[in-house]
Amino acid sequence: MHTKTDLRELSYAEAIREAMDIAMAQDERVILMGEDIGVYGGAFGVTGDLIEKYGMDRVMDTPISELGGAGVAVGAAMTGLRPIFEFQFSDFATLGMEQIVNQAAKIRYMLGGAVSVPVVMRFPSGSGTGAAAQHSQSLEAWTAHVPGLKVVQPATPADAKGLLLAALEDPDPVMIYEHKILYKMKGHVPEGHYTTPIGKAAVMREGKDLTIVATAIMVHKALDAAETLATEGIDAEVIDLRTIRPMDRDTVLASVRKTGRLVCVYEAVKTLGVGAEVSAMVAESDAFDYLDAPIIRLGGAECPIPYNPELEKAVVPQVPDILEAARNLAKGRI
Amino acid sequence: MGRTFSVRDTVTPNNTPYAIARYSADELKEALKKMYLIRKFEEGAEDSYMRGLIHGTMHLSIGQEASAVGSCMSLSDEDKITSTHRGHGHCVAKGADLSRMFAEFFGKESGYCKGRGGSMHIADPSKGNLGANGIVGGGLPIAVGAALSAKRLGTGAVTVCFFGDGANNEGAFHEALNMAKVWNLPVVFVCENNKYGMSTSTERSTAVKNIADRAVAYAMPGVTVDGNDFSAVAEAVDAAVERARKGEGPSLVENVTYRWRGHSKSDRNRYRTKEEIAEWQSRDPIAAMAKLLTDHKIASEDEIAGIEADATRIIEEAIAFATEGANPKIEEVTRDVYTQEIAS
Repeated sequence: MHTKTDLRELSYAEAIREAMDIAMAQDERVILMGEDIGVYGGAFGVTGDLIEKYGMDRVMDTPISELGGAGVAVGAAMTGLRPIFEFQFSDFATLGMEQIVNQAAKIRYMLGGAVSVPVVMRFPSGSGTGAAAQHSQSLEAWTAHVPGLKVVQPATPADAKGLLLAALEDPDPVMIYEHKILYKMKGHVPEGHYTTPIGKAAVMREGKDLTIVATAIMVHKALDAAETLATEGIDAEVIDLRTIRPMDRDTVLASVRKTGRLVCVYEAVKTLGVGAEVSAMVAESDAFDYLDAPIIRLGGAECPIPYNPELEKAVVPQVPDILEAARNLAKGRI
Repeated sequence: MGRTFSVRDTVTPNNTPYAIARYSADELKEALKKMYLIRKFEEGAEDSYMRGLIHGTMHLSIGQEASAVGSCMSLSDEDKITSTHRGHGHCVAKGADLSRMFAEFFGKESGYCKGRGGSMHIADPSKGNLGANGIVGGGLPIAVGAALSAKRLGTGAVTVCFFGDGANNEGAFHEALNMAKVWNLPVVFVCENNKYGMSTSTERSTAVKNIADRAVAYAMPGVTVDGNDFSAVAEAVDAAVERARKGEGPSLVENVTYRWRGHSKSDRNRYRTKEEIAEWQSRDPIAAMAKLLTDHKIASEDEIAGIEADATRIIEEAIAFATEGANPKIEEVTRDVYTQEIAS
């Protein structure tokens, strides 16, 4: 993280916990639900000791029932509560997709706007923990494909807090994909209540030679790559998409018009995902006329996440991959 | 197993049926009227479909009227229900406006869902009806969530969760009942066992004889009643609602009933016999309810004819309202996907 030492720093997990704490102190309707989020503190320690402050009626351990748990959160949200539901691993949300896709996303529309579903769901996701194929996926494109949901991927502690507080103020269902490797990452987090707007990307580094659009942990890899590229005379602009539904078209297109070159980097499987959408957004707009080179997507391999640590690294984009793509683009090699 | 409490525990003076002892003449006549309204709504829907006035499909609940109306007798507008794809009856029982129901069926802007939901998603949150559901078992966890809200917010509301025999083999059923009991929530699970999940009979799909037997696994009272007997349904569900309201937790009530029509419009009834259908038609819940009221001198035959005529008139007016209503505007098709529309 790029922070000044005199600013207060929290980890990404602590920032999320602080957001939940602030919301629960302000609003009795806010409850937490999930597997082992009580005295255990959550599989990744995100809820921590909140149960001591708010009790087991508001920090509710659910049975291992992802479908039922998600549905209870949906029903509670329809009738006056503001539940924050944690899937222990985002992979387990596949067991709850019925309630996410058929119910949470569609109830408002199906009922002609008579009811809203202000539920917040948290999805610890991504690889890098050695947990192999069923505990390491990046499935955010699944939910981002569904109208009615909003889908965010905070990359920094400050945004993890601000986006969660924004999600709680949003009348519609918001899915928050948190990258597990980021939980321990520290960064400046402002005190008190604030929101990070849903639907707005952040320009993390300004540059003129090429645009790198990244999500979640790839934002940090892109920023690392940009530092190296700067020493080579290549000035990269790095955009943290932050929200993938609705996507911030204006920020991405403005950057591409400026730089004329685009790399999109994300951990999820490369095809049919966020990179395809960003690329199509550019191709379908006037920004296409500004492109000086083909768009490059860097995404996960067409492969489940393997166990062996070297293999695990190999299936998702790494800094050298970003460097290679950026150099090729900037030097007109493709 | 299963029958861990009995509706027959209720003692009424002179052995009169529960409903007669419990409800006023006006309440009973209103209940009969709702049963007629359901029957005539369904017949009107079927007729409209046959005449090409509407598209899509529908799941009719003709033959199940006592289950819908009997289960809602002790509910107020603050109490919630979740409903199913065969949900027209629940909607009427919970007090919906028939004109807005028909308008929704016709896909009109004046319908309950502004033409976006249709038959399978009719809801009326103002009366506590959180909606029908196109996913078998979809409403079960949602009902538990509504009960969690009631408990947490201290509203005193009870949620009645309607579902069919088909849903009792979905994981959502088991997860929902378990959580409702673990958290001791004010919810009543009402299974309308109409014998078939589409074409597959409960005998071929369900390991237990009575679906209410499954209550044992979730440590809650479970009871099986004649779902075509209005009084038996009201007695069982009222007792469960009272338990829920007193903080004694969830119950499972199984109303054994029968749908006279096929599963949906594509059904050719190849999985059941004409004799079986005729046998159940001879146990018409509306005729039985009318007889209950005349036997106990709650209403004369003339009054009952008047109630039926009233229902017929309301349905005719509702169809006229729906026919005259405006279609939704195509340019507003994405309205209500989000609370604040997102530019595409």
